[in-house]
Order: sequence, then structure tokens, then C-alpha cells
Amino acid sequence: MAAEIATRPPHPFVEGWHYFKQNKGALAGLIVFVAFVLIAAFSPWLAPYSPDAQDRAAVLVPPFWQEGGSTAHLLGTDAVGRDLLSRIMHGGRWSLFIGLVVIVISMSGGILLGLCAAFARGFVDTLIMRVLDVLLAIPSLLLALVVVAILGPGLFNAMFAVALVYMPHYARLTRGSAMSELQKDYVTASRVAGASVWRLMFRTVLPNCAPPLIVQATLGFSTAVLDMAALGFLGMGAQPPTPEWGTMLADAREFILRAWWVVTFPGLAILISVLAVNLMGDGLRDVLDPKLKRS
Amino acid sequence: MLRFFLSRIAVLIPTFLGVTLVAFLFIRLLPGDPVEMMAGERGTSPERHAELMARFGFDRPWWEQYASFLGNVLQGDLGNSIVTKAPVLSEFLTLFPATLELSICAILFAILFGLPAGVLAASRRGTIFDHGVMAATLTGYSMPIFWWGLLLIILFSGILGWTPVSGRIDLLYFFEPVTGFMLIDSLLSDQDGAFMSAFSHLVLPTIVLGTIPLAVIARQTRSAMLEVLSEDYVRTARAKGLPTRRVVGLHAFRNALIPVVTTIGLQTGVLLAGAILTETIFSWPGVGKWLIDSIFRRDYPSVQGGLLLIASVVMIVNLLVDLTYGLIDPRIRHGR
Repeated sequence: MAAEIATRPPHPFVEGWHYFKQNKGALAGLIVFVAFVLIAAFSPWLAPYSPDAQDRAAVLVPPFWQEGGSTAHLLGTDAVGRDLLSRIMHGGRWSLFIGLVVIVISMSGGILLGLCAAFARGFVDTLIMRVLDVLLAIPSLLLALVVVAILGPGLFNAMFAVALVYMPHYARLTRGSAMSELQKDYVTASRVAGASVWRLMFRTVLPNCAPPLIVQATLGFSTAVLDMAALGFLGMGAQPPTPEWGTMLADAREFILRAWWVVTFPGLAILISVLAVNLMGDGLRDVLDPKLKRS
Repeated sequence: MLRFFLSRIAVLIPTFLGVTLVAFLFIRLLPGDPVEMMAGERGTSPERHAELMARFGFDRPWWEQYASFLGNVLQGDLGNSIVTKAPVLSEFLTLFPATLELSICAILFAILFGLPAGVLAASRRGTIFDHGVMAATLTGYSMPIFWWGLLLIILFSGILGWTPVSGRIDLLYFFEPVTGFMLIDSLLSDQDGAFMSAFSHLVLPTIVLGTIPLAVIARQTRSAMLEVLSEDYVRTARAKGLPTRRVVGLHAFRNALIPVVTTIGLQTGVLLAGAILTETIFSWPGVGKWLIDSIFRRDYPSVQGGLLLIASVVMIVNLLVDLTYGLIDPRIRHGR
């Protein structure tokens, strides 16, 4: 009886976690990322001040360890006396949530297009892939900027633009894996059993295409956060006074030589969260990509 | 060989047509009609409006408009800027050398540091040096480069006072552009200190723009080297008693170079996108900054032309990479 249990293979999730946690970098990335998400989620309770509260008596106060700083504002204040730490904590809500929404939109669109191309074959397939090739030929930030120029600057337009720009990656990935899955016997069996096209697409084929998509989504999250911050920095994304990290940097530019802290900390928040997600993504790729899996 | 060239070029044509269609649609997708947009806040009378619509051909069906747009593009006519009234193509061509100079310096910087870092990390796998390179490159890869530029300005321009903050050269120096590359032109001009001025203006933008390619090249070189180092012929070379430096430098490195060359080529798109941010931070008068300014000025013909031209540059460079790849590696040329 005991031997029978021992020979049963572990649940894929358990096995994956086993490999994932051996990768110290990936584990560190996960911990940092979870910490960032928690801080962002609970920022209204954790942050010492409201992100918009202006203290006119304390404008451009340096961080507490520097001369002139005080522990009232641990990371100092910006040009209108807003507490930098509070703004960065609240900014996490914007920046990380934006990244998530962008990924969900571009992944859903990409998966749908990729599945359609793989199932339809022929003309529809060629048409979809050609259109995506065109989008891929244009540098991503340039395309996002042009889309924002059409729609007008603003957070939601920028999110839509970045989501559109990254859609082709998911579509290609989905199409590739779906094509190879469609050759397999279990799909034929399901088709013979009378499964509808929708069922075949989403219940039979899609779950088997998931691993590379999960990896791409993780790494894509970091690119989305970076690009949204870049758009915010260029004045095309979130608009002030939204405490989005890229927008904060744009606000801080004119004080760059007078107050290093208003520039340094928001960027550091972007760097650390992107780095954490990239570490996590590398770990996930090792776990989920069978070609690279340690035997 | 000729067949390989032609087939690669043939693949590019539909993509190029697609990009022209995107550029064409760009103006049509803007809210409001194009004449109102050009008239700005003053507005136009209905008669004048109708006349302008007819003159620019906006009253014709869209495929006719696209056909004439495409015809103009193929003859090098990308329309005129609304703001300066100058042809978009000539504006682009005056500014492009600045972007090209910056991009070339950035990619050279990335290769100069990225290749050795990758090779050394691979040949000392598992050491502190290897882990250091991997950590540094992952950080570089995750870097928001607009922030990185600001940090370097704080350190080198603000605190140390070594480099200027913006522009391509001091206003003290003036000379007619010969090549459009400030480094070469300043040498040709024979003015004292002109070259150093151009050089010091270029250093920080080069580092900022080169950081992500540097990280990508170093990581790609490392993994290509690791793959090659486990090949049989490397073991043979070692068994023959060749010194490690010769094995790594000659036997392994040359074979690892092939994927690395592709990686370097594919960084063009990254460079041009990065140039938009880098040029904005350093007020570098190139096409990236011009494009951003055009968007803010609602100079839509310039945005349209810039989109088309930058995408074309990326496509041409990718094609060249593809072709050189075929030249280096006969397996690509003949395989299908």
C-alpha cells in the first residue's frame, strides 16, 4: 500500500515548486515581488501620509539620513511637499496594477488570435500572421507612442497601446503551440467524440499550450511595467498628480541637480520590481520549459 | 546564393506594404477630419473646408487615397511638416546622422564590454565573477533607461561635473556638417577642443543607450559559449594539450559568435526605441526627440513619416543581419 503511494508522481504544481525553490534567485524575486504587492495593496494603511497631502512647510526635504532631513519624511519630500515614501507606496498600486491589466488584455487578445489562426489555417491564418508581422516590425515603444498619439495621452489609452503592441508575441506563441498540439491523437479523439470548436480550442488545446504562455506573461509583465513607466515619463501615460512611478520621474526631472532623492527613489522602485519579476520569470522558464528542465 | 537573397527580400515586401498601410491609417484614425486638424483652433469656413478636402484628395475613396500615398512614398515624398512646412523626409535626413552616431557608439560600447564579459563568465562558470556578471546583466536588462540616464546626469554632471547635460557639442564650436557625425566633423574642423567637447557630450547617452544591448549581448555570449564549450571538438582541443586561452579564444569563441551576431543585429529595434528616450533625456537632436516633439506639437505628417522611416530602417537592418547570417553560416543558406 505504502509503495503504491510512493510511486505515484507528484502533482505538477508540487513538482514545479520543488524545482522553482531550488533556484535561489527566482525565490528571492518571488519574495520581493510579493512584498511589493502587499505594500502596494495595503498602502492606504501602511503609508504615513496621503499621496496627495502637501506640506508647504517641508518642500524638497532630503531623506532622513542626510543633513536637513527628518524622520517625519523618511525618504524626503518632493517639490510641493508630498511625502515621497507614501507616494511610492501608493504608486505601486498604479504601476503594478497597470502591468497586470496590460498583460491580461494583450494575453487574451493574443490567445484568441493565435487560436483562431491555428484552427482556421489557410487564408485566415496567413492574414492574421501577416498583420502581426507588420506590428512586430515596428519598435514597440514607437508603436505604443503612435497609438497614444491617435487616442490622446492618458492612462487608459497608454494601457491599451502597450497591450496592443505586445499582443503579437502571445498570438505567435499560442499559434505555434496550438499547431503542434492539434497534430496529437487526444485532439483527434476529442474531435471524433463530437467536441465543438470552442470546446476544442479552450478546454482541449489551450491548457496544453499554457506553460510557455505563463513564462511569456511573467517576463511580459516586467516589460509592460517598464513601457508604461516610459510612457508616463514622456508625458503620454498616467497624468500628474497620479503617483505612478514613471510620471513621478517626469515631475522630478527639473529638480534633478538640486534634489537627487525625488529622482532616485521612484526609479529604484521600478528597477527592483522589474528585476524581481525577471528573476521569477527565469525560474519559471526553467521549471516550465521541458527542454531546459534539469533531469 | 542569389535565390537566398531574393527570397529574403521578397518576404519583406508585404511587411513593408503593411507598415505603409499602418502609417497611412494613422492619419485617418485621428479623431476629427484631417482638414479640421490642420486648420487648428481657428477653424475654416464650410466652403474652404470642402475645397481643401478636394485638394488633398480626402473626398476620394480610401483605397485611392492609399494608392496615391503609396505612390508618393515610393518617390520619396512623405508630405510636409505642418509646423515647419519643410518636407518630412529632409527633416528626417538632417536629424538621422545624430541618431545614427549615437546608436553606432552605443552598440560598439555594448559589444566592447558585452562580448568579453560573456566569454569570461562562461570560461569561469560558477565563480564569483560569473555570478557577478549574471547579476549585473540582469540588472542592466531590467533597467528603466530613462531613470538610468537621470542617475548618470546626477553623478557625472551634477556631483563630479565631468560631462555636459545636453546637446551634441558646446555652442563655442561651429562648423559645417560634412559627415553629420559630430566626432568626425569636429576632427575635420581642426578646432582646438572641439573633438573633446563632442566626445564628452556623447559619453553618457552612449552608456545609457548601450546598457540594455550590453546586458543582452553578454548573456547571449555566455550561453552560446557554454553550449560550445561542451562540444566534442573543444574536448579534443583540450585533450591535445592546447592552452585554455587558445581553446576558449579560438575554437570556442568563433563558433559561439554566430548566434551572438544575430543578437547584435536584432538590437537595432531596441536601439531605435531606446533612442527616443535617451534623446529626450539628453536633448540630443536626433530623430527620436524629433518624433516626440512632433507628437506633442500635433505635427501628424511628421509622426507619420517618422513612423514609416524608423520602421523601414529597422526592417532593412534586420534584412542585412539575415543576409550576413546566411553568408557566415552556409547551413542557413541551404537549409529550408
